[in-house]
Amino acid sequence: MPTDYKPRLHIPTPVSRPGDTPDFSRLDLSAAGAIRRPETCAAEAQMRDIPFALIRVLDDAGQAVGPWNPQLPPEVLRRGLRAMLVTRVFDDRLFRAHRQGKTSFYMKSTGEEALAVAPSLMLGRHDMSFPTYRVLGWLMARDYPLVDLCHQIFSNARDPLKGRQLPILYSARDYGFYSLSGNVGSRFGHAVGWAMASAYRGEDHVALAYIGEGTTAEGDFHEALTFASVYRAPAILCVTNNQWAISSFAGIAGGEETTFAAKAIGYGLPGLRVDGNDFLAVWAAVAWAAERARAGQGATLIEFFTYRAAGHSTSDDPTRYRPADEAAHWPLGDPVDRLKAHLIAIGEWDEERHAVLLADLDRDVRAAVKEAEQTGTLGNSKPPVAEMFEGVFKELDWRLIEQRREVEA
Amino acid sequence: MNMIQAINSALEVMMARDDAIVVMGEDVGYFGGVFRATAGLQKKFGKTRVFDTPITECGIIGVAVGMGAYGLRPVPEIQFADYIYPALDQLVSEAARLRYRSDGEFIAPLTVRSPFGGGIFGGQTHSQSPEGIFTHVSGLKTVIPSTPYDAKGLLIAAIEDNDPVIFFEPKRIYNGPFNGHWDRPAENWSKHPAGEVPSGYYRIPLGKANVVREGEAVTILAYGTMVHVCLNVVAEAGVDAEVIDLRTLVPLDIETIEQSVRKTGRCMIVHEATRTSGYGAELAALVQERCFYHLEAPIERVTGFDTPYPHSLEWAYFPGPVRIGMALKKILKD
Repeated sequence: MPTDYKPRLHIPTPVSRPGDTPDFSRLDLSAAGAIRRPETCAAEAQMRDIPFALIRVLDDAGQAVGPWNPQLPPEVLRRGLRAMLVTRVFDDRLFRAHRQGKTSFYMKSTGEEALAVAPSLMLGRHDMSFPTYRVLGWLMARDYPLVDLCHQIFSNARDPLKGRQLPILYSARDYGFYSLSGNVGSRFGHAVGWAMASAYRGEDHVALAYIGEGTTAEGDFHEALTFASVYRAPAILCVTNNQWAISSFAGIAGGEETTFAAKAIGYGLPGLRVDGNDFLAVWAAVAWAAERARAGQGATLIEFFTYRAAGHSTSDDPTRYRPADEAAHWPLGDPVDRLKAHLIAIGEWDEERHAVLLADLDRDVRAAVKEAEQTGTLGNSKPPVAEMFEGVFKELDWRLIEQRREVEA
Repeated sequence: MNMIQAINSALEVMMARDDAIVVMGEDVGYFGGVFRATAGLQKKFGKTRVFDTPITECGIIGVAVGMGAYGLRPVPEIQFADYIYPALDQLVSEAARLRYRSDGEFIAPLTVRSPFGGGIFGGQTHSQSPEGIFTHVSGLKTVIPSTPYDAKGLLIAAIEDNDPVIFFEPKRIYNGPFNGHWDRPAENWSKHPAGEVPSGYYRIPLGKANVVREGEAVTILAYGTMVHVCLNVVAEAGVDAEVIDLRTLVPLDIETIEQSVRKTGRCMIVHEATRTSGYGAELAALVQERCFYHLEAPIERVTGFDTPYPHSLEWAYFPGPVRIGMALKKILKD
């Protein structure tokens, strides 16, 4: 034992800060196709190596390899590419709309489009996602009207949520998209309850919940995993590990000593750790977990390993806490580029079609923004003030009726 | 029936009527609850409808919200109101706001049952009356029964309500009405008219107070255990008070309160909860705003003191007959 041994407080610190050269050499990334795919009915105890590996399908040459290849038809791949692209185009356009004062707030999901789009396309109409504020791709994959997104972001008279919610905190039940809220983590357990209700009813609908790696530190994460395990809820619990929680790197959330997928082991749940920028790997992992859930085998924890390429929000400047070019050095690349390369590699896509699609999507997004602007942007158009009092309860009580009179007087 | 049996009966009646109703909480399943409120229900309705949960109040309410979003009508139990705080985020940020923020796409039709109140030597963490925390939250309803008959009718109404309801059960009067004299033999519900509880379905609408004693001299606003304490003090003092059992704090029956105070010209508010920012403050403000020109004396509040709930000094803390009697004298002086 060293004589100078003494306890000391350890404060996790990222490898690179502003001005440093980005360095991801510490990451231990499995090769595409290298990780075994257990049977979906296998016991959790038989797969405790999986949460420490990284499930990947697309290799550097753009080929889909290994046992997790979901063997998707090209039209599904193209649909996925389209939904990811429109998410990115929309994000860029609406981020700019914030800079122009058309909305009060915006958050991009750049770099994380695959982990939103693939599950949305993979799961069915009766399944429900319990999103974070960074999975717009879920709605894009299900063709949620762009103009209604803009109405919500502009909080105008046609805002589907009547101006009650911050921009991007959507709710879209018909699209399998649960009501968002600004407080983090508190809906992770709702997904488990929803899944328990489905099982109680004898229905095979599954719930898919997202939580950021930073938010895994909230008690909600522990509670959801405990309930999911105890009641074998048909839930797919996904940690989006994009390395950053605003300015805090994943080490601050407990990611330095273990993986987030490995946290499943303590709860007796299978944990999958997946290349979150690999559309095919994300699809395959969710399909695996969904099959397991529908077969009554219970919940799965999935860690989507990715990188938050943009700032946290319109209120954040990431160059103040990480190297400005860190995203460009992320070893798992970009989800849109990788799926595009795969489609080209298998002869189902080319640069020309890609350029045409991009131009189409850009036109669609511009048209939607323009249409929503005709109703009004932030402050230029508002829902009727009476809407402020509706929906607190099913019916207004006397207090709300009196208070409504105050503003209408 | 005593109040426990009435609550049990309400759950049984409603579960038989609607298979969307599930009961969940710590020890509520096989064991039937630490107060026996869910006794026999698991045997009758099965393990998937009445089940034990892990010890996590935040988890219980969070999961119940998700079940409600699916279309069930969960009736979660929090073993003691003193332990509801870990679930505050779920109740305040989620259950209370889900309908509002989703414009009705998702709702949280939960009824959160929880034993509350003191008078049982429960000390700091088995005696609290946190209703004021919940009445302050827009989107929550708060209900507190004072008799077995009301407990059953109100619980049925709460379960049928499509908004989240906090249903606080005054555990001091689970077995019998409490007149405030802790040093005398306990009473039993079998001798009380409100201990007569129909075995079938009936409901008492939320938002309707009960004038339990009509009078002309002063209006007393109370709920839960304090209704019985007040009735007894009034009888012993021979004061012609009008005693109103609010039954639901949100929505509040403001009309009944207004009518009464305009008639009597005096208003006294009694609750076990600590005074500062307690529900009594809201009641006093409402009465002052609406009945100012009818008031003949300042509004009196008899409440728990602004301290944590003590153990050995319980009867000095509890707003019992002595303190209520003094306040009555004061308010009737002029």
